[in-house]
Amino acid sequence: MSVVIIDYGSGNLHSAAKAFERAKRDSGSNATIEVTSDPGHVRRAERIVLPGVAAFRDCRDGLRAVSGMWETLEEEVTRRGKPFLGICVGMQLMATRGLEHVETQGFNWIAGDVKVIDPKDPSLKIPHMGWNTLDVARPHALFDGIPLGSQGLHAYFVHSYHMALANKAPLVATADYGGAVTAFIARDNMAGSQFHPEKSQSLGLALIANFLKWRP
Amino acid sequence: MLKARIIPCLDVKDGRVVKGVNFVNLRDAGDPVEIAKAYDKAGADELCFLDITATHENRGIIFDVVKRTAEACFMPLTVGGGVRSTEDIRKLLLAGADKVSINTAAVKSRDFVRQAAEKFGSQCVVVAIDAKQVSPGQWQIFTHGGRNPTGIDAIAFAREVVALGAGELLVTSMDRDGTGRGFDIALMRAITDEVRVPVIASGGVGTLDHLVEGIKDGHATAVLAASIFHFGTFTIAEAKNHMAHRGIPMRRDSL
Repeated sequence: MSVVIIDYGSGNLHSAAKAFERAKRDSGSNATIEVTSDPGHVRRAERIVLPGVAAFRDCRDGLRAVSGMWETLEEEVTRRGKPFLGICVGMQLMATRGLEHVETQGFNWIAGDVKVIDPKDPSLKIPHMGWNTLDVARPHALFDGIPLGSQGLHAYFVHSYHMALANKAPLVATADYGGAVTAFIARDNMAGSQFHPEKSQSLGLALIANFLKWRP
Repeated sequence: MLKARIIPCLDVKDGRVVKGVNFVNLRDAGDPVEIAKAYDKAGADELCFLDITATHENRGIIFDVVKRTAEACFMPLTVGGGVRSTEDIRKLLLAGADKVSINTAAVKSRDFVRQAAEKFGSQCVVVAIDAKQVSPGQWQIFTHGGRNPTGIDAIAFAREVVALGAGELLVTSMDRDGTGRGFDIALMRAITDEVRVPVIASGGVGTLDHLVEGIKDGHATAVLAASIFHFGTFTIAEAKNHMAHRGIPMRRDSL
């Protein structure tokens, strides 16, 4: 089973790849993990991971700059139904639009806009940075066996924008930061994580291991 | 609920940890990667490496240290010391750092902060502010480990770098650093109340109550300490339990 992590010049893929390698070893998966910027490899892969740091527009432009990548993702994820995991801005790109600095179109796989977080308590800092617990909106296979809720495990967040969903159906989990922040979404074969599984120690490694065996 | 963070900081010189560490049975207490793994296991929320490598030739060693750490620790890693160009930042991020801490280069050129934030995102740009009190309620930026005064007002500088895109500030009181007398709470408060980004309090921790004060009185969202953890005075678990007992939300997943 092959997993590709898409390299489009956005940030730190080394640690993402290492976390997938580790989760694979720990869970006894036979997956091969490859970091690639080649759409041909994405077409051959069975699972797709789209990471992303920096601004929405920069990530969108970066992904568009890799010839054929945007169209390949559309094809493999929405038409061929391959399991897909977006991380941070990689998750945000699943939305209809990003409203960070300028309005930018996303994949529009999940109806919603990416907006600045706006904690009710003005003393709360932005970015939302650090370890937070997850409140479950509905069960999902990627969280199988992971203790959630206020007494559960923590996930590592660092972001100033989040996905404001047009409807709640895709919502899997939120984090409380002066109000509910969208933390995890899923629809069919697609999942998106606002937090960084590759930086979230035991919760993150368990989630990645679940992704490697996910049968949506 | 978001938790307060504890960040152990390691001074790394030519690939080895200086100011030795003796808190656990490490095979090699000078190896930053071994120590990083031990802190990861002990429940640290993030790690910070400060590269104080003396010669330009040995500078490349830190990339290898970061790379090996990122292979073993699945937690956020900040690297500071000698970060002068966007190329330095790119190399550190590619090696596996999540954030870089910029100090002297930000003082020399504010525009560097803007460039770094635009290119890599605010989330990975930490500006380290080393400040000394010059009169009551007034602090100045010092560089080169507190030796060189710049004449720049610390609060105005904090405001400025945040406006340019710094995503976090690491504020060290040069008056308190190494004294064990606690954070300079007035300094922390002057900065945390002025900016909207998270602030890490640093410099002066000697007791667990100092950590509590940094969060409760200093309004920092994270506390950085070196010697109290390195020398085994306290464990991360003891620090977290103490802070939680004093009403600060702490992450205790692995304790």
